[in-house]
Amino acid sequence: MEQLIRIGPTVTAQEAIDFVQSPESGGIVTFIGAVRNQTQQKKVLKLFFECYEPMALLELEKIAQTVRERWHVQRIAMLHVTGEKLPGETVVVIAVAAPHRAAAFEACQYAIDTLKEAVPIWKQEFFEDGAVWVAAHP
Amino acid sequence: MLFGIMKDIAAARTLTIEAELPTVGALKKWLMQQYPGMQQLRAVMVAVNKAYAADDTALSPGDEIAIIPPLSGG
Repeated sequence: MEQLIRIGPTVTAQEAIDFVQSPESGGIVTFIGAVRNQTQQKKVLKLFFECYEPMALLELEKIAQTVRERWHVQRIAMLHVTGEKLPGETVVVIAVAAPHRAAAFEACQYAIDTLKEAVPIWKQEFFEDGAVWVAAHP
Repeated sequence: MLFGIMKDIAAARTLTIEAELPTVGALKKWLMQQYPGMQQLRAVMVAVNKAYAADDTALSPGDEIAIIPPLSGG
């Protein structure tokens, strides 16, 4: 399995898809996470993403390792942004290519769910009346 | 190293700790005492040398220690 793991100021779905596409793959599943313009009826002006990058890269590597062990997947791309992002902008992209779609869907779901649980990245939401770190409090 | 809301609670990006803290658990306890705001958080994990560490993990001089408040990537 080949993999592309990248954390940077901008990411695009196209670069993930371009990386995973090949004639051997019959199914490509892509998840794109974007900045939503509201949270609980409050207008979101922007998000700020902070990342513990050396560890985040290792955790993404572990996700790729697990995908390799569990599913028949040919290529995976996992991209995540850092810094400021405006509503509508792409924040995270997971693309998975496999011979058949079932493995691609399952591996993609596993990758984004595990990314949210284990990869050290934090987002701060900015509203008109202040900012909060998402999910910090119960 | 402190991240996210922990950086705001401690008003610092890094901490120098004089106390003798042999384990991750002892470090967490010390942080909770120093920064009571931390007790309101959903959960706080500690990473030692870029890997999540259990409370009984021993700390050694030179370890890279990161305080990891609840994650919210993606």
